[in-house]
Amino acid sequence: MSHPASVQAVHAAQTVHSLWTSVAAEAPRKIPGPHIEYAQLSPTLIVLGAAVLGVLVEAFLPRRARHISQVVLAVVGLAASFAAVVALAADGYATDKAHIAAMGALAVDGPALFLQGVIILVSLVAVFTFAERRLDPAAHGRPVDSFVAEGAAVPGGDAERRAVKAGLTTTEVFPVLLFAVAGMLVFPAANDLLTLFVALEVFSLPLYVLCGLARRQRLLSQEAAVKYFLLGAFSSAFLLFGIALLYGYAGTVTYAGIAEVVGGTTPTVDPALASTMGNDVLLLTGGAMVLMGLLFKVGAVPFHMWTPDVYQGAPTPVTGFMAAATKVAAFGALLRLLYVVLPGMRWDWRPVMWGVAIVTMLIGAVVAVTQTDVKRLLAYSSIAHAGFILAGVIAVTPDGVSSVLFYLAAYSFVTLGAFAVVTLVRDAGGEATHLSKWAGLGRRSPLVAAVFAVFLLAFAGIPLTSGFAGKFAVFKAAAQGGAAPLVVVGVLASAIAAFFYIRVIVLMFFSEPKAEGPTVAVPSPLTSTAIAIGVAVTVVLGVAPQYFLDLAGQAGTFVR
Amino acid sequence: MENLIGLLVLVPLLGAGVLLCGGRRLDRSGPWVGTGLAAVSFVLGVWLFADMLGRKGDNRALDVTVFSWVPVGGFRADVGFHLDQLSMTFVLLITGVGSLIHLYSVGYMAHDERPRRFFGYLNLFLAAMLLLVLADNYLLLYAGWEGVGLASYLLIGFWQHKPSAATAAKKAFLVNRVGDMGLSIAIMVMFTTFGTFSFAPVLAHADQAGEGKLTAIGLLLLLGACGKSAQVPLQSWLGDAMEGPTPVSALIHAATMVTAGVYLITRSSAIFNGAPDAQTAVVTVGAVTLLFGAIVGCAKDDIKKALAGSTMSQIGYMILAAGLGPVGYVFAIMHLVTHGFFKAGLFLGAGSVMHGMNDEVDMRRYGGLRSYMPVTFWTFGLGYLAIIGFPGLSGFFSKDKIIEAAFAKGGTEGWILGAAALLGAAITAYYMTRVMLLTFFGEKRWQPTVSDSGSAAEDGNLPHPHESPKTMTIPMILLAVGSVFAGGLFSINSAFLKWLEPVTGHAEGHSPVGAGQVTAATMVVLVIGAAVAWQQYGRSPVPVTAPRGTLLTRAARRDLLQDDFNHVVLVRGGEHLTRSLVYVDHKLVDGVVNGTAASVGGLSGRMRRLQNGFARSYAVSMFGGAAVLIAATLLMRAV
Repeated sequence: MSHPASVQAVHAAQTVHSLWTSVAAEAPRKIPGPHIEYAQLSPTLIVLGAAVLGVLVEAFLPRRARHISQVVLAVVGLAASFAAVVALAADGYATDKAHIAAMGALAVDGPALFLQGVIILVSLVAVFTFAERRLDPAAHGRPVDSFVAEGAAVPGGDAERRAVKAGLTTTEVFPVLLFAVAGMLVFPAANDLLTLFVALEVFSLPLYVLCGLARRQRLLSQEAAVKYFLLGAFSSAFLLFGIALLYGYAGTVTYAGIAEVVGGTTPTVDPALASTMGNDVLLLTGGAMVLMGLLFKVGAVPFHMWTPDVYQGAPTPVTGFMAAATKVAAFGALLRLLYVVLPGMRWDWRPVMWGVAIVTMLIGAVVAVTQTDVKRLLAYSSIAHAGFILAGVIAVTPDGVSSVLFYLAAYSFVTLGAFAVVTLVRDAGGEATHLSKWAGLGRRSPLVAAVFAVFLLAFAGIPLTSGFAGKFAVFKAAAQGGAAPLVVVGVLASAIAAFFYIRVIVLMFFSEPKAEGPTVAVPSPLTSTAIAIGVAVTVVLGVAPQYFLDLAGQAGTFVR
Repeated sequence: MENLIGLLVLVPLLGAGVLLCGGRRLDRSGPWVGTGLAAVSFVLGVWLFADMLGRKGDNRALDVTVFSWVPVGGFRADVGFHLDQLSMTFVLLITGVGSLIHLYSVGYMAHDERPRRFFGYLNLFLAAMLLLVLADNYLLLYAGWEGVGLASYLLIGFWQHKPSAATAAKKAFLVNRVGDMGLSIAIMVMFTTFGTFSFAPVLAHADQAGEGKLTAIGLLLLLGACGKSAQVPLQSWLGDAMEGPTPVSALIHAATMVTAGVYLITRSSAIFNGAPDAQTAVVTVGAVTLLFGAIVGCAKDDIKKALAGSTMSQIGYMILAAGLGPVGYVFAIMHLVTHGFFKAGLFLGAGSVMHGMNDEVDMRRYGGLRSYMPVTFWTFGLGYLAIIGFPGLSGFFSKDKIIEAAFAKGGTEGWILGAAALLGAAITAYYMTRVMLLTFFGEKRWQPTVSDSGSAAEDGNLPHPHESPKTMTIPMILLAVGSVFAGGLFSINSAFLKWLEPVTGHAEGHSPVGAGQVTAATMVVLVIGAAVAWQQYGRSPVPVTAPRGTLLTRAARRDLLQDDFNHVVLVRGGEHLTRSLVYVDHKLVDGVVNGTAASVGGLSGRMRRLQNGFARSYAVSMFGGAAVLIAATLLMRAV
């Protein structure tokens, strides 16, 4: 009996052995690790690293040391990241060495580097306004900034009172800002739809949080944050569903892959998708939904409704950052999507985008006419500007890309500067944003009023400001790209827009100051620097735009 | 050599800059600085002239491009100079007579409060005028043209504390603007026709443009010339411009500004040669103006205004000659030069008389001055003989040739033009004799002047005429020498004709009347004119207050109703036009603008209500938007 058993045991051992040996024979099969070009992704990685360090600072440094360390960390991180961008561009990654990195997830090319550079610089300036601590009167002897003492405390409750008394400040805003910046850096470089979606969420979630952190008028701020979150989630759902439909259509989520299918060269058909692949209804519906998700972020009509409420409720430095940097990132992603993925179906999306651009320009300009709050006014102005930029996007020419790049660079600094000025004009209740309070500001504080006038003139597109150069470039590209009627509408909308910009100037300089008008706070060098940079960029890009136009022109080619 | 041409313009321009910006330190030395720089430019001119004489006929022109001024695409404007015999003539006249007038002004303006500024303006004027005649393209010429207009405005209104002077300056400026528009449009038409506005290519290719284009350009150039040269119908500013200091009158009305129109037409000869209609317009303007100015000159009692009428008339002669084409160009310029001498001399003489007579200008209050101011009398007298064309003096040679050329035009036209020129000569003799007799002969009709405080002193303020200082008499003597000999020198061996012919071209006319007969006729009308004047003002006493006079006299005193005409037609018409435009602006334009604004505002108010603050409404709007977006995209494909 033992024999068979022993035979069996031997047999089993042999089987095991053969299994081992056969596995050993088939090996060495390794799981392939993804190939990541770390150096080329360094701008994003540096910012992410700085953000993580910022979280550690919050955890380990004593409260007193946090503010200064966070500011230094953010500034150094962003500066290093900008240096990395410049190094990459100098190395030729913007032009002839442009390619797709990280296994097809991210593009390293001219538009991506240009927009990343702009986003980083804008964020750097935004950090200055975030760090400003001289505008609000000190609470219990401690300097405070625009942000709430303790975000989780109920407005007006005991917890809040204790937090204020204890002199707490929300220094977490800096790492949160850096996370948002990291997402924004990925967004215009994203080369597949999933990366696009992840990047969108990475920069949106921190923004929702930042919006709810205002020190004054906390309920308004929290309402803004909730609205932004709800509507943002709603639009993300559309985006995600659009991505799903596009995957169903193309069997892939990479831009190049989808573009190939759109172009008619279908590679191998995935059997699971055989019934849907190449179905144009999926392509059109999915494309429209993805577009909608991006149009929400740029604030185009009819997906703009969140903009005024959120701009008004968010702490003003956050509004400035959001208005400037988000727009740059979102337009970058939109450009890449339309120029790389969907050029083959431009006859489908162009008429639709025409309509969106026209209503965006007109509604933004018209509704701004009756606004009475500076921040809401600037919000509608940003909607109108989104329309102007869309006109350049629609051009579908290399000039269109470069003009949009230039416009974004010019516009973001003007916006940031304008919102920085808004933080300076204050009365007992904090920032005095009602326009009636700005009457006669030019008599009381000629310098501040003059600086704001420069920004307004740039918004209006008056020559010798960056606004004129940008608008001219965009309209020229649009006209050459066959969208002349769009330019006519754009010019009409600009005329309407000029009215409300100039009206503020008239109000500031030609009205009698009110007796109990607001005062202009004297800022620390931080905000002053931010405003000075804004003015300098506005004037330089207005007086001598050619160098920067050339730069944008060189960076105007997408890698496919 | 070429570099000196730029220097020619730069020196007086530098003077203007230094004097106008130099501040009080230059108050005392200013007049001499200005005069010195004018003299320097004259010396430069003479140097260039000597150099030019050293070269042969066709090689005499010098061209130099200093820098590219406005290079925009196909549009190219350079700052470049062209110095040929024509511009050389002007350079010598402008700097020579200009320097003498500077020198004279040192004495004349000695008691003024702001001599530094005055000399700064004079230098500016010289620089602009030199730029005008030296430019090698029409655009740069236009720059000089405008510069002259500016400088003349500043100089005519130099005593701007007098309302009359300020008004006169404004009037001169406005009337000149009309002419300037003509010139600027002419330059634009030129650019569209030839693609350039440099003299050389434009004039070389003039015959390739159609006659219609050439006529249009010619008429527009004529309009410009009328403005600067005070020709009918843009003549009205000249008489009022006498409000400026007398040296200004001499500089503007004798040597420089008013001759710019003649220069322009002569320079553009190729254009006019190809446009007979434009030429007819030119001779018509010239003939009408020479009679117009002469008649006005007869009736004026103000010595400077009488001379102003005379200037208008003499420029009329030049324009007439220039309109005759190659027959007349050379004589137009020759008369221009001789006129530069004697008219400058006459104006400076008039200034000298006024200087001695407490700034009195009414000739009826002069009389018997010849023994009190001998130098002024003799120099003025020689200028007088020259202008009426007394045989052997400058005016005789040049004017005689113009009358001859007018007859040579041929046909009825020739007879009409010749007759007008002859009649003009008769009237010239009349009014100049009148001026001479009223001023220097007869009994003294001096009146006490009203002092500044407004009280007429009994006799304490009676003028004490005296000879002027040396700085004033020396220029007068030099100009008198020119008035006597210039014409004769030019005519020896047809020297001037040969000098200028390579530039302007020349053709001998075929006069139906012999040269001798023309000269004889001129002499006869000259004697008649002078005799009538002597009959009226020499033999019978002259009343101090002017008699009422005939209808024509009264009209001539009012400048032949030119201002009334301008007032009724242009001012009233303009007022009506502007009023109706304002009405249209208020009702129609403002209505549309305000209506648009109101409707935008209303729309805005209604649309902002959509922004109701509820996230749910926003979400609905987004959903609807997405639905529309998808539907539209699908629809596009379906279509």
